[in-house]
Amino acid sequence: MALLDKFAALAAQYGKLETAGANPFNVAFDEVLSPVEARIGGRSILLLGTNNYLGLTYDPAVIDAAVQATQHLGTGTTGSRIANGSYAGHRKLEQALADFYGRRHAMVFSTGYQANLGILSALAGKTDYLILDADSHASIYDGSHLGSAQIIRFRHNDPDDLDKRLGRLAGTPGDKIVVVEGIYSMLGDSAPLRDFAQVKRAHGAYLLVDEAHSLGVLGETGRGLTEAAGVEVDADFIVGTFSKSLGGVGGFCVSDMPGFDILRVVSRPYMFTASLPPSIIAAATEALHQIRLRPQLRHQLIHNAERFYAGLSALGFELGPEPSPVVSSIMPDPQTAFAFWSNLLEAGLYTNVSLPPATPRSLALLRSSVSAAHSTAQIDLALDIFATVGRQMGLIPAARRAAQA
Amino acid sequence: MNTSVTDIHETVFGMLRAKLEKPIALTDDTHIVNELGLDSVAVMDFVMEIEDRLDISVPLDRIAEVETLGDLVATVRALKGVQ
Ligand SMILES: Cc1ncc(COP(=O)(O)O)c(C=O)c1O
Repeated sequence: MALLDKFAALAAQYGKLETAGANPFNVAFDEVLSPVEARIGGRSILLLGTNNYLGLTYDPAVIDAAVQATQHLGTGTTGSRIANGSYAGHRKLEQALADFYGRRHAMVFSTGYQANLGILSALAGKTDYLILDADSHASIYDGSHLGSAQIIRFRHNDPDDLDKRLGRLAGTPGDKIVVVEGIYSMLGDSAPLRDFAQVKRAHGAYLLVDEAHSLGVLGETGRGLTEAAGVEVDADFIVGTFSKSLGGVGGFCVSDMPGFDILRVVSRPYMFTASLPPSIIAAATEALHQIRLRPQLRHQLIHNAERFYAGLSALGFELGPEPSPVVSSIMPDPQTAFAFWSNLLEAGLYTNVSLPPATPRSLALLRSSVSAAHSTAQIDLALDIFATVGRQMGLIPAARRAAQA
Repeated sequence: MNTSVTDIHETVFGMLRAKLEKPIALTDDTHIVNELGLDSVAVMDFVMEIEDRLDISVPLDRIAEVETLGDLVATVRALKGVQ
């Protein structure tokens, strides 16, 4: 038996899906032209699956900051901050994040994935409990498993269920840390955070909110769902990423927790990996500055998201429960999701496919993400392509939209 | 509430039978992933239903140790304090 034979069943499954069309997990762009446009072969493609929520990847000020930093400070740090030292930029970005959130402490990690690994594995010890929303991102599960705490799941977005599970632990020694997300990346739904905060307070638990998809998207100043829900005092830790609305790569955690900085010599995913290069740090710092400077980006994003969600809904697609920059259409099965994705790409529109076990309730999803950089005409073009391809495949009723117009 | 040794066995098997799309003969030796075709998330979701029915919490590392239905029943019994 060959080493990789253990994946034979999975390989066969993917082989079968590929016969339905191109494989979404293998797509390569020949050229990316802007936050919302790319080229594959001779075809220009409208991008609707990038998580580039504010379109900052081509922002001139962000690019300039990255270029300057590379020219002055070089291409890489060639080591971890613990072993090889921090650059001034790392400190400056941490100060900027702490200032943005109005928190005492901030810690930067090399990816958002590693921020969850680094924080969750370090916060919860052997006798503590991590209480996770069942639909948590893989990085939350992996970070929890990296530590030695007990892990318990509660039903997705269900404060009563969290209450019940914390209730069962009453009197059990150890700290309880509840982990939820701002906007969930698969269906675009957001957590009932006010209710969670109340449950957390009632049980004396801690609360960590992963704002990966909600930073720069929700809240009066873009601080995320905790700001929008008015429960920032209850969120003991906020984790986020630079890879979505900030258009770069990297992750962070902010907190007011006394003694927070000890995590720098405890958290292995912080200590044992190279720190981010100067260009990435400078770009993230400038992108954060742009978020603060230009709230209109967020308003444009929300406008686009609502327009796209309403449009798909009117066409008859079955969507996630609420409009958000993540708009997912629920497909009957993975085969159909692959075929639909393929046909959309053929028609010039790039989206994403999400399959179980990464999705809740074993759903097959055709996932889109909207950007502030999309023009209204581009949102409408995307809707037209969904309509045409969706009708051709019999996924939605014929010409329902025309009847409404 | 079902809490005796045989009741827990009946409860778990009954809940699983109701959940499976096609009838499969279930024994204590049935391998949950290989024979029932449940993926890791589906197993965790099923355990969540058992948790609600029996008012217990099963930490994920305990689920990770479970391979067969017999293992699952034993884990649930231990957490329920029924040996
Ligand atoms: C909720 C959540 N947390 C963390 C991450 C990881 O972030 P990154 O891709 O920046 O490592 C993601 C997305 O990938 C996510 O959706």
